[in-house]
Amino acid sequence: MAAVTASVGPSGPADRARALVRQPAARKVLVLALAAAVLVPLLDSRWASGTWPHALTVDLGEPLGRAGDWIIDNRDSHPLFLYFFGHVSNAVVLSVRAVYLVLLAPGWAGVTAVAGLVAWRVAGVRLALGTAAAFLTCGLLGMWVPTMQTLALMVVAVLASVALGALLGLAAGLSDRTYRALRPVLDTMQVLPAFAYLLPVVLVFGIGVPAAVLATVVYAAPPMARLTALGLRGADTGVMEAVASLGATARQRLLTARLPLARKELLLGLNQTIMMALSMAVIASVIGAGGLGDRVYQALASVDVGAALAAGIPIVLLAVVLDRVTAAAGEGGLGDSSKGLGGSSQGLGDASKSVTLWAYAAAGAVVVALAGRLTGRLDWPESWVVNIAEPVNHAVDWMTNHLYSGVPYIGGTADWAGHFTTGVLNPLRDGLQWLPWWSVLLIVATLAWLIGTWRTALTAVLAMAAIGVLGVWKPSLDTLSQVLAAVAVTLVLGFGIGIAAARSAAVERRLRPVLDVFQTMPQFVYLIPVVALFGVGRAPAVAAAVVYALPAVVRITTQGLRAVDPAALESARSLGATSGQQLRQVQLPLARPALLLALNQGFVLVLAVVIIGGLVGGGALGYDVVFGLAQGDLATGLVAGSAIVCLGLMLDRVTQPTERRSKKGA
Amino acid sequence: MRLRTTSAVAGAAALLLLTGCGAADMTQQASPFANAQGARTVTLSVQSWVGAQANVSVAQYLLEHELGYRVDTVQVDEVPAWDALSQGRVDAILEDWGHPDQEKRYAEDKKTIARGGDLGVTGHIGWYVPTYFAKEHPDVTDWKNLDKYASLFRTAESGGKGQLMDGSPSYVTNDKALVNNLQLDYQVVFAGSEAAQITQIKQFAKEKKPFLTYWYSPQWLFKKVPMTEVKLPAYKEGCDADPAEVACAYPHTPLQKYLNADFARSGGKAAAFLKNFKWTTEDQNEVSLMIANDKLSPQEAAKKWVDSHESTWRSWLS
Repeated sequence: MAAVTASVGPSGPADRARALVRQPAARKVLVLALAAAVLVPLLDSRWASGTWPHALTVDLGEPLGRAGDWIIDNRDSHPLFLYFFGHVSNAVVLSVRAVYLVLLAPGWAGVTAVAGLVAWRVAGVRLALGTAAAFLTCGLLGMWVPTMQTLALMVVAVLASVALGALLGLAAGLSDRTYRALRPVLDTMQVLPAFAYLLPVVLVFGIGVPAAVLATVVYAAPPMARLTALGLRGADTGVMEAVASLGATARQRLLTARLPLARKELLLGLNQTIMMALSMAVIASVIGAGGLGDRVYQALASVDVGAALAAGIPIVLLAVVLDRVTAAAGEGGLGDSSKGLGGSSQGLGDASKSVTLWAYAAAGAVVVALAGRLTGRLDWPESWVVNIAEPVNHAVDWMTNHLYSGVPYIGGTADWAGHFTTGVLNPLRDGLQWLPWWSVLLIVATLAWLIGTWRTALTAVLAMAAIGVLGVWKPSLDTLSQVLAAVAVTLVLGFGIGIAAARSAAVERRLRPVLDVFQTMPQFVYLIPVVALFGVGRAPAVAAAVVYALPAVVRITTQGLRAVDPAALESARSLGATSGQQLRQVQLPLARPALLLALNQGFVLVLAVVIIGGLVGGGALGYDVVFGLAQGDLATGLVAGSAIVCLGLMLDRVTQPTERRSKKGA
Repeated sequence: MRLRTTSAVAGAAALLLLTGCGAADMTQQASPFANAQGARTVTLSVQSWVGAQANVSVAQYLLEHELGYRVDTVQVDEVPAWDALSQGRVDAILEDWGHPDQEKRYAEDKKTIARGGDLGVTGHIGWYVPTYFAKEHPDVTDWKNLDKYASLFRTAESGGKGQLMDGSPSYVTNDKALVNNLQLDYQVVFAGSEAAQITQIKQFAKEKKPFLTYWYSPQWLFKKVPMTEVKLPAYKEGCDADPAEVACAYPHTPLQKYLNADFARSGGKAAAFLKNFKWTTEDQNEVSLMIANDKLSPQEAAKKWVDSHESTWRSWLS
């Protein structure tokens, strides 16, 4: 890069250089090259090249170890715990218990009836039947009690997340300063892989439900906050002015105009929060949350994929049902509110009719629940349990017996994994670890600045530098190499499938349920099959990450390509472009923002699973986090956790598409 | 503006209300799922290995069917399980492989955890090779000859060295130090979880491949994949005191039970039963094998064992 600055000579080259400098991208590179030319020799002479210099690290091991001991010794006496954390913890336990008892009281028939009837009133008959069927399936799989435990946990966690998120969103929606201050915080919270911050929560609250609920709230509140703020800020200025001119006070404006207008965003926020909370259900089982997640986790301990699946399916069903019902509520609700604004008497008639229907629904549910109680059939009958574990395990056995090795011509999956490890992962890791540390920072800065602003570049560089300072440079680059390899595979597959789905509605329709399942199935369920196919090591971690991140990438790609202006496509067609040319020269360039978003999401999702890959031999930072959790070793776990957060932040900033930023600003 | 003041006042009031109630001791707090619907509940911690599941499933079966308790199980790693036990989130650990630090902190200093006696099973950790390989190369069972075979144990993950496969990070292990101090040409590769390790061992065994692994007895997998222990320098009391200097084998540990102190005092029949619970390695393996290999659910496996061993468990109930 230094050569570019040196070659600025007389006449011709100078003109060309000036022309280059006028391009923003080239200008950025030039500035960085200049900075590098000055800084690198300096840094190089002070600290030798290669891996991160030891002189620039801070050893947090001892203070963190002492902090951990202090917490354990003072947990039963210090006022901070007695008067604050203790109450928080008690409140969580009491509310989860209350919800759990409420769910147990009507028995399985009552709960199914209530769920079905609520879905009927909110989202129509089809979804009502689907909801009831989903609940009955949970029972049939022998998972009724764990499902209720998870549901109780979810209700409390989602309510807390929604309350917290709505408060933050309200503040950010009404005040520009709060909005600006809050945005980076929310950004960061969303990039954090949940696995990284389980340890500090556990240390304060101990293993169990309170820690699980609080970890879930940290994870699930940001979308609610973000969408609330978005909804409030996006209120139609015309309507707002009209309301203001009618002499409404600030509070009236908020309650009668802004909040109702933001209803769609609020419900979308609720929907997103529920999805995030459910995806935490299994990860939280590592810290003793109980319920379905714990069943998945326990099944994995005895290498029983079938049993893990039996516990995973209810999670998928809950997610799909809650997603569809809240989504339907969002759409239906919008219709209602526009009618309400119209102010016709028909709206009133609708309202009273709806109240009667609600009353019927409630009465029906009470009858079913009472019937269940009187016949003494509160618990799901054991004889009604269908055992799916056995056939599933047979299928998995068959797969591993026949695919693991010795498949003619293409080799077994174990061979692929070996080739992938030695051919891709090892060179990538060794290459990254060989790079002088300052050059890694420089590359990060260049990439982030080319795609974003100088601010994103600064955040990315600081995050990367923090990893070095924490003293986990090498394992972090190991993790990074796994992420890069997994993202590459994900993008190749994801763009391919996405393009196919965008071009054929039939493919998309068939793909949708598959994507739903893969997106909501707890990541832990994949872990054993990938080991059975790819052996222990980094390859199965990468495989699990690809499976998890693929649906999001496919979805975003499909949507992006679909959204391309039909007029542009039409004109290309009229010019006689072949369908391949249309794709390459019109669709893909126009869908660039969406593709960048897919890349960004790919990175964030892959990182989250590569970390969990520590459970199947992925090593590096993931292993350190698992180790920290398992041994209660705050020093190892927290440092690795922080490094993961920094890595996530860096990857997010380096790939942050301008599209997303402008959307957020809206 | 008004809104902000109101919410601030409300928040402050809520905080006052909370703190006004006095101290809240979160160190004495049962699981919210315990004792629902008027049933007395015992919460047992399960560790990630199958032997621990076998203990818990039999205890659970008997508590539910003979003593009328409801049993909740929670999977927790070993060290956090001690913490959970001291807080009363779980009532008992049925199989502990020796955690002197935790024992001192909770059982001796804080007295929040009470000893529950021997489980009756003796545990031993070691390095193992598959028996089919040990038969072909008998000298592999001495650590001094391990380097000779390093190239056979190589995998993609271990680089140019031989692979010594370790399991879950929660298990007691000195392997990294051992490899280093014995100057072996091996790389410790952590499978990250026992499940991953078992899956890999089974795959190796299916193809009759050589491998070297950290493993422990009692373990049901020995029945499926016979393995032979590699002799390490003999264990002497205290030779593993300094984790960095250790260069000797692992000890034989009589496995212990631990109960939450309050539960031990006032847990009634359940606590007495758990203190009496004591069985043999063969018993445990029998149940483990049914769970992990025959894929019976833990409850079914426990029922099978309970039905055929009445004389053993009758004495626990007194």
